[in-house]
Amino acid sequence: MSILVNKHTRVITQGITGATGQIHTRACKAYGTQMVGGVVPGKGGTEFEGIPIFDTVEQARKATGANATVIYVPPPFAADAILEAVAAGLELVICITEGVPVLDMVKVRRYMRGTRSRLIGPNCPGVITPGECKIGIMPGYIHKPGDIGVVSRSGTLTYEAVYQLTQLGIGQSSCVGIGGDPIVGTSHIDVLKLFNEDLATRAVIMIGEIGGTAEEEAAQYVKDNFKKPVVAFIAGQTAPKGRRMGHAGAIISGGRGTAADKIAALKAAGITVAMSPAELGITMQSALAGKAA
Amino acid sequence: MNIHEFQAKQILGRFGVPVPKGHPAATPEEAAKAFETLGLAKAVIKAQIHAGGRGKAGGVKLIASAAEARDFATRLLGKPLVTHQTGPDGRIVRRVYVEQASEVARELYLGMVVDRKAEGVSVIASTEGGMEIEEVAAKTPERILTEPIDPVIGLSGFQARKIAFALGLRDKQVGQFGALIAALYRAFVETDASLLEINPLVVTKDGTVLCLDAKMSFDDNALFRHPEIRELRDANEEDPAETEAAKYDLSYVNLDGNIGCMVNGAGLAMATMDIVKYYGAEPANFLDVGGGANSQKVAAAFRILLADERVKAVLVNIFGGIMQCDVLAQGVVDAAREVKLSIPLVVRMEGTNVDKGKQILKDSGIKVIAANDMADAARRVVEAIGQRA
Repeated sequence: MSILVNKHTRVITQGITGATGQIHTRACKAYGTQMVGGVVPGKGGTEFEGIPIFDTVEQARKATGANATVIYVPPPFAADAILEAVAAGLELVICITEGVPVLDMVKVRRYMRGTRSRLIGPNCPGVITPGECKIGIMPGYIHKPGDIGVVSRSGTLTYEAVYQLTQLGIGQSSCVGIGGDPIVGTSHIDVLKLFNEDLATRAVIMIGEIGGTAEEEAAQYVKDNFKKPVVAFIAGQTAPKGRRMGHAGAIISGGRGTAADKIAALKAAGITVAMSPAELGITMQSALAGKAA
Repeated sequence: MNIHEFQAKQILGRFGVPVPKGHPAATPEEAAKAFETLGLAKAVIKAQIHAGGRGKAGGVKLIASAAEARDFATRLLGKPLVTHQTGPDGRIVRRVYVEQASEVARELYLGMVVDRKAEGVSVIASTEGGMEIEEVAAKTPERILTEPIDPVIGLSGFQARKIAFALGLRDKQVGQFGALIAALYRAFVETDASLLEINPLVVTKDGTVLCLDAKMSFDDNALFRHPEIRELRDANEEDPAETEAAKYDLSYVNLDGNIGCMVNGAGLAMATMDIVKYYGAEPANFLDVGGGANSQKVAAAFRILLADERVKAVLVNIFGGIMQCDVLAQGVVDAAREVKLSIPLVVRMEGTNVDKGKQILKDSGIKVIAANDMADAARRVVEAIGQRA
């Protein structure tokens, strides 16, 4: 088992003929993901390396039976692409696009209320269930099937954590990059809930960063409800106040959202916090050993 | 992106928000002329820098003649103003704003922000005007009202009234405030603002509600659809290296240390800064080259790093996803040749095309300290500057 995606997931790519869309559709297909279609308005009826292209998401879903989509369209059109996917009833919508205006996301989230779609991102690396299904831009080879769940706001830092685990021979159940923007479709808590119910997940690595209070809320959730060991890291311990650190979400404002606050909240919830990003793997290894003993 | 007070007031004025009349001035002569154009007995002259706390720092003065305007502008212009938000060096004042003086009866606070939790714009209002809202939040949180706005419905009349009554407004002020806040919300949404602060919002002695100060920040991701706002960017208020980096779509923040860092991805970039510190040195910067970097972009990043004279060694940490290690390696080689690199360079690469990347570095003949992982990279770079093994 796993969360969100598995070998039965049928995926379309919105923006399949763009440079990024092409590279990653090819890589995901090579990994074994069922890439069943693509959407490019005006290019319906053509195909990309054997994958049929449609004008609309609705047509693509009907023709291919897709239940997930991955979006690579440029920022000015990304929100519209998400809306189209939600309107077409896709269960899982993964938006990789970086640089989506935040007020566009406000409208998207309002539109999504009461729908059956789940949005991951935007500005995220995607979701992978190692050995079964990779949707997004993460390098496939660093992953290994196993029983550790990984959830993170950051893309490359997720790869770092995954790679450390794999080097130690520890595999992953599913890895989810939720994205670094202030408003995203799925939060740390949403993913933790899924991992909590997932029989194949034995423990979780959660990677947060400065800004907002999502990590504090996740800590409270873990304390109250989570049944499995959690190892965490917070990026941005050395970040100065008031400066945005790349991600629009990563800013310490008004003294809130500091790494110190977040680390304290995580520790108070019984979460093991790795103080160095190079120690995520071994921290998990010893947490698992402690559990077994 | 931030703008000046007078620019924010000009934008708000266009949306029908009541702001005092005023004119910006870049020279003492212009300041005197601005006073005359206003044609009032009294005016306020205010230093225009991207920082709060100007009043307490001596950057604001009540004046009653064109000569006074000229004198005060002479004292401010071209000189640094140090406030509690500028840091010890202050910011050079390049413009002043001469505006109509108001007789203030009450000072209130009114703000709008993109609220992560509410997934929308929220109004923040407080009776404690003139103070920093963070301070109010820490000391007297009960004096702050937060009201989320539905993006589809917009700001409702009942919400405007609720906020007005919470602020202690009465009679015709309630209606005035309703119109003011509706215009503010329109300005916020239509310009893709990320923050709007009116501190203070005042009630004048004759009972009028007015925005005495205004601060606006905009969503950088939405500037593509607001060329007129992009024009308001003041490069003088930004770090030159950060402005240069922005040209290449690089995300760069200048810090105080001596290890130059070049990383892909904001989270990994922050984590790299953290690990440099963990091993006993200080990062000189945050630099995220982004996902789709080509070798020109990487070379530009490298030049920006090395232009900082405090940088004693460079740490490159790349985990290739979208970014391909061979592209990164070529960029590093090109830039190192171009700038005739003379300080230690530690490179840690992993991910897409890593073997090709390592080969490019090896074949280049450039002296590169190769690291196996993040901890190894941090240790080696700290060692290279002789700080601690």
